[in-house]
Amino acid sequence: MSDFTIKVRRYQPESGDPAYYQAFDVELDPTLSVLDGLLQARDRDDGSLAVRCSCRAAICGSCGVKVNGQSTLACKTRLEDAQAIANKMAGDSLEGNAPIVIEPMGNMSVIKDLITDMESTHWEKFRRVTPWLIPDGAPPEREYIVSQEAMVDVTQAVACIQCGACVSACLSLEADPDFIGPAALAKAYRFVGDPRDGRTTERLFDLANDPHGIYDCTHCFSCVEACPKGVAPMDQIMRLRRIAGHDHEIDDLNNGRRHELAFAKNIERYGTLDESLLLQESYAPGVKAKLKPTPAAIKGLLSSLPTAVRGIRTGKMRSLKKLIPGIHPKLPGDSQKRVRAIYAHSEAHREELNLYVLGEDE
Amino acid sequence: MPKHDVLVIGAGLAGQRAALSAAEQGVSVAIISKVHPVRSHSNAAQGGINAALHPDDSWESHAFDTVKGSDYLGDQDAIEVMCREAPEELLYLEHIGVTFHRAPDGTLGTRAFGGASKARTYYVADITGQAIMHTLYEQMMRFDAKIDRYEEWFTTELALDSDGNCVGAVTRNIRDGSMELFEAKAVILATGGSGQVWKPTTNALICTGDGIAQAYRLGAKLMDMEMIQYHPTCLAGKGFLITEGARGEGAHLLNAKGERFMERYAPNKMELASRDVVSRAEQTEINEGRGFPDGTIALDITVVPKKRITEALREIVLVGRDFAGVDITREPIHVKPGNHYAMGGVKADTWGRSNVPGLYAAGEVACVSVHGGNRLGANSLLDTLIFGRRSGVHAAERAKAIDHGVASRAILRDEEAKIATIIGRERGAGRRISEIKFELGTAMDQHVAVFRDAEGIETALQTVKRLKEEARTAYIDDRGTIFNQDVLGALELENMLDCAESTCVAAAHRTESRGAQFRTDHPERNDAEWLKHIDLSCGDSGPEISYSEVTITQWQPMARTY
Repeated sequence: MSDFTIKVRRYQPESGDPAYYQAFDVELDPTLSVLDGLLQARDRDDGSLAVRCSCRAAICGSCGVKVNGQSTLACKTRLEDAQAIANKMAGDSLEGNAPIVIEPMGNMSVIKDLITDMESTHWEKFRRVTPWLIPDGAPPEREYIVSQEAMVDVTQAVACIQCGACVSACLSLEADPDFIGPAALAKAYRFVGDPRDGRTTERLFDLANDPHGIYDCTHCFSCVEACPKGVAPMDQIMRLRRIAGHDHEIDDLNNGRRHELAFAKNIERYGTLDESLLLQESYAPGVKAKLKPTPAAIKGLLSSLPTAVRGIRTGKMRSLKKLIPGIHPKLPGDSQKRVRAIYAHSEAHREELNLYVLGEDE
Repeated sequence: MPKHDVLVIGAGLAGQRAALSAAEQGVSVAIISKVHPVRSHSNAAQGGINAALHPDDSWESHAFDTVKGSDYLGDQDAIEVMCREAPEELLYLEHIGVTFHRAPDGTLGTRAFGGASKARTYYVADITGQAIMHTLYEQMMRFDAKIDRYEEWFTTELALDSDGNCVGAVTRNIRDGSMELFEAKAVILATGGSGQVWKPTTNALICTGDGIAQAYRLGAKLMDMEMIQYHPTCLAGKGFLITEGARGEGAHLLNAKGERFMERYAPNKMELASRDVVSRAEQTEINEGRGFPDGTIALDITVVPKKRITEALREIVLVGRDFAGVDITREPIHVKPGNHYAMGGVKADTWGRSNVPGLYAAGEVACVSVHGGNRLGANSLLDTLIFGRRSGVHAAERAKAIDHGVASRAILRDEEAKIATIIGRERGAGRRISEIKFELGTAMDQHVAVFRDAEGIETALQTVKRLKEEARTAYIDDRGTIFNQDVLGALELENMLDCAESTCVAAAHRTESRGAQFRTDHPERNDAEWLKHIDLSCGDSGPEISYSEVTITQWQPMARTY
């Protein structure tokens, strides 16, 4: 048994008061969870402390919250671990223990205390990705014959419990609340990756061309870090991009595919990013050779001018030289050759990580 | 006043399957759940679902294993229905998208499970329940136009018309506290089990026996309430489940001396004997001093190849790491028997019908009885789906054939008044709800568990009766309407106490040992006197006992060894 102080962000909608923080002292085994702490506070001190919870074992996905600012499940976070982080965040001047701060999930409106509105921030978008299997034609008499590899591949996304921790942590959602979001897009991959589904192309075309779709993800890894089940939503989004852009060659209205190709090509050629070429390659691939930019490319280039100017003015773009195409430094020695070898290897092997490891038994 | 042909209460596997099958019949359907459907406890089913699908297997073999597992208390006509329809149901699940494990040739693959003579358990890693339930929810969204979903609505009581038909339910919208009378021509209960009556339990906090208690108070009979399964491999203290799939994959049970003690109890099936057998063996080892000091024995999964663990037991790796601080691929994990499943429940026939016209029950809330004295692993998912589907079909047929009944309007006012009374109780005048729940859980786990005797059961029953009194004055803190979880907790406590009382009464009455009921004062199975079900109805002074025959089709009771 140890003593902990949990500091909970309270919001009682019927009181007329704004949100406030309230500290509760709890006494529990340190290996028990933050949820156990909340339940003890509720049982002993205040039954009006509202939190969704059910399984206590990270299976039902009810208790998504922020613990010390990090989106997670309350039941999966040990008190001792939360305490260590709280103390670390409090810094060196701390005497004794800092309170463990528990707040409702982000990117969602709060209904009461730790209960958020997931309907409008998650489930609506979830339904938007047509989240059910649409096979071609009538089912076979017996089961569909598919490889175990394919089933394992999509089972990583199937493992999602819809807790919303990734939605809460997503930086793109903060900038664009209409972003379909990590959980719904991981769900989309679950069908795109399933050989039994007959609408792969339509799904990909839809998600690539939606301005709030797969190219809205900024690759920040927040969802990967927040996910309590190893679903790695960002990886699923990257798989969608790869299949849409690379395999299906879908040139989307967002210019997402070309922008991604521009990055890849740029690094393959120079080893480091030549931003002067990036813009040009993204919006008008081949413009240098043909000298014939499309109207869309000209529009795209012009529309990105304010961003460029802002970059120069705010000092983000520190070297004006970098804006001049063609003078980008090359990698030393035969490093560029090695970069190209990496490209060739990844092209040949299509490597990626999957937590549901496949392999021969030892 | 929402009005539908069929009203489903509870949205786990049984409820969602019932709603889908009723909707398929072309009737209007509503499904109500006190949590969002994907939070339902069917999620927790890890290991898999049984079906004699493989050409080398037969439904008769599956049925016999189930009959034997039930210690001959299961009704064989119902077991036959379940086992015959299992393969078709499994293919339905596969066709709508469940990502079942595959054999090398791309067909469905199986794993071994307890009490089964063949490897007939189909699975998705060790998240089978979750994978199936989320897939059913996908279908509910697909048929959005046909099924109205009421997510986070709490059913407080069922409603009758003047002819004694069940014609709806009173519910509270948790989001804003408003109360509604939902009217329907048929009501399907799919509210799950009552595991929270015990502490610890593998069951989620929502498993408070709501449907069992509400049906009982309405006049429905309960059956086999004494049959409570203790799962052999639960984390001590916390009660978290380690799937039987671990033993299916080859894991061993060891006592503190390092002995594979199942050799002495079930020399043929070893760790894969029926759950009641394994749990008793473990408890015997612990009671006789061969357990670990923390009152546990060890589950050694390290004998399973590591890659197989990562692929097929990933959830258990996480449970070990996150909740026990143990890397199960490197060291044994300490476990003990823990409360897991209620074989009993609302007495229902093979179409889910209770004795109250218009009231159906499917899944753990029901007792068909396919599990009898002891449920086999991976038969519970099957039970929910088969009888969920059949209830949906039959309820839809009923709805097509009759007009809406009229529920008494008074019931809505009564329920509103009941809730107002609870909210209005003076703070500090009685006990806290949480204290009563804790005392209940502790008493039940001590006295109505793996081993029982008359004295212990009586102690538990007296405790339950006293707690029922105390619950009448127990107070809550939250006086609001929006997400008042406090008042729901008080309603759940009433339901838990009704379930607990029924279990105690039935356990005291059955003076023999069968399946999960092991009486140290009556250690033998007694077919002459007790090859029958105990039925309970709600009387003025507690449960009233009657009996019903066990249906035997082709398997006569035999001695049960594994």
